[in-house]
Amino acid sequence: MSETEQTVRLPDMTHLVVSSSPHIHDKDDVRAIMLKVICALAPACLASIYIFGIRALMVLLVCAASCVAFEALFTRMQGRPLRVNDCSGLLTGILLGMNLPVTAPLWLCVVGSLAAIGLGKMAYGGLGYNPFNPALVGRVALLIAFPSAMTTWALPACNPLKWLGADAATGATPLALLESSEAEAAAMPSFSALFWGGTGGSLGETCAAALLVGGIALVFLNVIRWQIPVCLLGTVALCTGIGHLVHPEQVASPLLHLFSGGLFLGAFFMATDMVTTPLSRKGAVVFGIGCGLFTSAIRMWGNYPEGMSFSILIMNSLTPLIDRFTARRPFGVRDARKEVKA
Amino acid sequence: MFSFGKFYGGVHPDDGKIASGSAIEDAPLVERYVIPLRQHIGAPASPVVAKGDKVLRGQLLAQAGGFVSAPVHSPTSGKIVDITTCLGPMGNQLPAVVLESDGEDQAAEPMPPMDWHNASPADLKKRVGDAGLVGMGGASFPTIVKLSPPADKPIDTLIMNGVECEPCLTADHRLMLEHPDRVLTGAEIVAKILGVKRIVIGIERNKPDAIALLNKLIKAGDYKGIEIHDLPMRYPQGAEKQLIFAITGRQVPSGGLPMDVGCVVQNVGSAATIAEAVGAGKPFYERITTVVGTPLVRSGNWRTRVGMSYKDAITLAGGVKEDPAKVISGGPMMGFSVYSLDIPIMKNTSGILLLSASELSQYSSGACIRCGRCNDGCPMSLTPGLMSVQIENEHYDMAEKWHVMDCIECGCCAYSCPAHRPLVQHMRRAKSVIAASRRAAENKK
Amino acid sequence: MYPVLLLTILGVLLALAIGLVVRYFDAPEDAQGDAVRSLMPGANCGGCGFAGCNDYASALLRGEAKPGACHAMSAENLEKLCRLLGVAQEAVGEPLVAVVCCSGDDNHAVHRAFYNGVNDCLNAVLVAGGAKGCSYGCLGLGSCARVCPFGAIEIRPDHIAKIHPNLCRGCGKCVSICPRKVIKLVPRSVPVMVYCSSPNKFAMKKQFCSAACIGCRKCQKASGEDKIFINGFLASVNTEDPPDASIVEVCPAKCLRTICPPTAEAAESVQK
Repeated sequence: MSETEQTVRLPDMTHLVVSSSPHIHDKDDVRAIMLKVICALAPACLASIYIFGIRALMVLLVCAASCVAFEALFTRMQGRPLRVNDCSGLLTGILLGMNLPVTAPLWLCVVGSLAAIGLGKMAYGGLGYNPFNPALVGRVALLIAFPSAMTTWALPACNPLKWLGADAATGATPLALLESSEAEAAAMPSFSALFWGGTGGSLGETCAAALLVGGIALVFLNVIRWQIPVCLLGTVALCTGIGHLVHPEQVASPLLHLFSGGLFLGAFFMATDMVTTPLSRKGAVVFGIGCGLFTSAIRMWGNYPEGMSFSILIMNSLTPLIDRFTARRPFGVRDARKEVKA
Repeated sequence: MFSFGKFYGGVHPDDGKIASGSAIEDAPLVERYVIPLRQHIGAPASPVVAKGDKVLRGQLLAQAGGFVSAPVHSPTSGKIVDITTCLGPMGNQLPAVVLESDGEDQAAEPMPPMDWHNASPADLKKRVGDAGLVGMGGASFPTIVKLSPPADKPIDTLIMNGVECEPCLTADHRLMLEHPDRVLTGAEIVAKILGVKRIVIGIERNKPDAIALLNKLIKAGDYKGIEIHDLPMRYPQGAEKQLIFAITGRQVPSGGLPMDVGCVVQNVGSAATIAEAVGAGKPFYERITTVVGTPLVRSGNWRTRVGMSYKDAITLAGGVKEDPAKVISGGPMMGFSVYSLDIPIMKNTSGILLLSASELSQYSSGACIRCGRCNDGCPMSLTPGLMSVQIENEHYDMAEKWHVMDCIECGCCAYSCPAHRPLVQHMRRAKSVIAASRRAAENKK
Repeated sequence: MYPVLLLTILGVLLALAIGLVVRYFDAPEDAQGDAVRSLMPGANCGGCGFAGCNDYASALLRGEAKPGACHAMSAENLEKLCRLLGVAQEAVGEPLVAVVCCSGDDNHAVHRAFYNGVNDCLNAVLVAGGAKGCSYGCLGLGSCARVCPFGAIEIRPDHIAKIHPNLCRGCGKCVSICPRKVIKLVPRSVPVMVYCSSPNKFAMKKQFCSAACIGCRKCQKASGEDKIFINGFLASVNTEDPPDASIVEVCPAKCLRTICPPTAEAAESVQK
C-alpha cells in the first residue's frame, strides 16, 4: 500500500481555474455561427460571380475587406478590445456586397461599408448592441444617397470571365419592370430565369436557387429559426396573391414576387440576423409576418419597387416591442389574467 | 392532456459517464477525517464530543441544531483531535470536527433495527431524523423536513429521483444496479411515513440496465405499487420541478415547493440510506461518490466515508496522469469549482470531477448577440439573456419582475450561450442581492 | 390664401391653449424649496437615509429631517442651508472618510486560483468565495468604485481598491456593497488606520499575504493601550482616541499607515 501511495501523482493545485457552473460548454460560439452563415452564403456568391462575371467577386471582396477594416478602426478608436476575429464584420461586408449592383463603383462599396459598420454597428457599441441590421443600414444609406448608381442594374452575362465594367449592358430588375410602363413589362423574364438567376439585379437577388440552398442549410444547422423565412415568404405570397386576384393588371403573380427582388436574400439572411430580431419562436413568427406585410405593402403601393430592406429595418425597430409582447410565461407562474377571471 | 415525459427547454450535453461500468468499491480507511457540522441547509449541528474524546464508528458527533438541521455521526473509530473550521466546497468556512482514525474501525452499538412493516410512521420518521439523513442529490435539505408536510398539503405521489441527468456522475446508477433492494425498500418506507399510495421511480433512458433490473424485481412481486418511468435523456430531467412535471404533469407554482402540488421527491441514494438506517440501524456516515475525469488514472465509484478529503479520494482513483485545470465538487453542469483538495466529502458530494485543460471552457464578458438559445434552453421558461443584461446594469427590479428568483441555476443557458457569457453567475448574483433586500425589508417590518 | 388663413387660425388657437395652460396649471412658486435643492450635492448617494437629494430636501422642508444628515455637503453649503431653514447650526457630526482596510495587492497577497467570470466583487465571491487567498482581503474587482457617486475610489492595476480621501465624502455606499467588508468609515480626524481586516491566526495570514497585520503589538506598546486595540491577531485603531501619525514607523508589516499622506514624499515612502 505504501509503495503505491508514493507513486500516486496528486494534481498540481497552483494553476487551477475557478468559475461559476456550468463547467462544460456547447461547441458553438459566435465565430462558428458567423462562419456557418458565410458558408451558407457561398453558393449565392458563386452564382453571382458566374452570372455577373469576375467583377462581382471584386465588389464582394472590397465590401468585405473595407467592413473588416472599418470595424478594426472603430474598435481601436473606441478603445475596446478588438473582436474582428468573430467574423461578424466579414459577414456584414459580404451581405452588403450581395445587396449592391455589379456595376457599383468600388468607392461606393467603401462608402457603403462605412455606413454599415460606422452607422449601423459601431455607433451603437458593436456586435450585439445594434438595433438595425448593419448591412441593410449600409444599403439603404447608399440607396438614398446615390439612387442612380444603386439602381443601374447590369444584365447578366452568365460568363464568369467577362469583365462587366461601366460599359456593361444595363437593364431593369423584374420588379422595376413591373413599376414601369406596360410595354416594358411585356419583356418580363420567365420564372425559370428568376429561379436560376437569369435576370438583372443586385448580386444576391438574382439566383433564388442558391439562396434557397444556403437558407435551408442554415435552418438545419440551427443557426436561424425557420419561423422567420417561412412566415415572411408565406405572408408575401398571400398578400400579393390576393392583390393579383383583385387587380391582375397591377399586381404581378405571387410567384414572380417570391422569386424576385432579393426576397429570398432578405428572408433567409437579413431578416434572420440574430442581434436585430426577436428572441423567441413566437416573436419570430410575428417578425416574419410583419416583414411580409410591409414588403407586400411597399411593393404593391409604394414608390420603391423593392420593399425588403425597408420592411426589415422597420421590423428591426419593433423588435424590443415584439420581445415584450411575446414574452413567455415562466414555468409555474400562473396567468394573472386567467386567475382574475376564475 | 400533457405530453408525457417532456418539459420545456433543456440541453443535450455529452453525458461523459465513463465510470458507469465500474462497480462500487469500498474506500479504505484514511488517517484523518474532517467532518463538517453543517452538511445540510439550515442550522449547524452542535457538537456533543470534545477534543481528546475517543469515538466509535456510527457514534453521534453532533446533534441537530434545530428543526431544519441534521445530526452528524462518526465515520470511523478514533480520537477527536480538534474542533475547528474547515473549507467547504463553496469556499466558505464550515464548523468541523477533526477525527484521527485508529485504524480499527470499531462500530458503536447501532440503533435498534426496526421492521418497517410493523413500525409506526412516526417512529420511522424519527429514525430518519436520528440517522442524519439529508437530500443526497445536491441541495442537502434535511430529509425529515421533507417528510413532515403541513396538514393542509396532502401528498399523493412519492417520486424517487433516479434520473442522474448530470453528466459524468454515475453514483446513483451504480447504486440502483448493485443495491436495487435497498432503493425499493427505502421508497416503501418513505411512502409509509408519508402515507402515500403512488410511488414512481424516474430513470433516464441512458440507464436501460437499471430500468430492466428494477422492473424485474417489481414484477417478481416483492414490491407493490411502485412504477418505473423511463424518461427521455435531456438535461435537467432530474431537476425537482421538471421531474414532477414530466411524471405527473403538475407545475410547481413559482416560489412554491413540490408539496404544493402533492408530491415529494427523494433521491434514490437517500432511499437506500433510509433503508439501511431503518433495517440495520446504521446512521448516515458513508455514501457513494463518483470520482471521475480524464486526468485521473482510474475513474470509478467508491463508497466513501463522510469527512474524507478530496485528496484522499483522488489518491483512491490512482492519482492523475496530467494536471487538471479544474477540480469540481459535483457534476459539470451544477457543481462548484474548488481550489483546494483539503475539502472533505460531505453527505451531498455525489462526485468529484477533474477537467483537463483541453476540456476547459472559458467565460468571456462579450456582448449578448441575442441568438435566443438561452431562452430555448431554459427549463423554467425564463429569459436569461435579457435578464443578464439588466443585472449587469444592476436593474435588479427588472430581473425580479422577470422571475429571476425562479431560476434553478441548472446552467442550460450558459451551456448553450455562443458568446460564452457567464449567465448563471449573473443569475446567482441577482438572486443573492434580491434575497438580501427581501430579508432587509422583512427585518424592517 | 387658405393656407395662410388656416395657419393663422391654428397659431391663434395654440397660443390660447398655451396661455390657458400657463394660467391654470402653473406650479406654485417655491423659492425656498428651489434654494434648498440647489444646495444639495446632487450625488443621490442615499447616505442621509433618504431616497436621494430631492427626497432629503423635501424632508428638510417638511421639518422631518435635520441639516447635517448629509455627509456629502460642504461646510459652506451646510451653513447656508441652516440659515435658509432658520435653524441654529447644531454641532454636526464630524465628517467621515472611507478606508479600504487591506494591503493585499498583487505584490503581497496570493491568489489561490485563476478566477474566470464577471469582473465584479459581488459575482466573484459567489465562486468558491473569491479567488484571493485571504478571505478578508480586497478582491479589487471594483464593486465599490462602481457605486461611488463621487468617483473617489480607484482600482489599482495590482487589484486593490484605493479611496482618495480628498474626493471621498463619507457617504458609506462602498461600505455597504463590499462583500468582503474591508471598507470602514472613520472620522477624518483619525490620522492612521490598520490596513488589514483578517482576524485569522498568524500562520494562516502569512500563507496568503505578506502585508498582513501580524499582531506583534509594537504599535500598541508605542502608543498606549487605549489608542490601539488588539483583537486576537489583528490590531485596530481606536477611532475615538487615535494615536499620532508618527506611529506608522513602528509597524514592521507596514500595514499601519496614514490615511491622508501629508506630503508626496510621505506618500511614496508609504507605498514603498
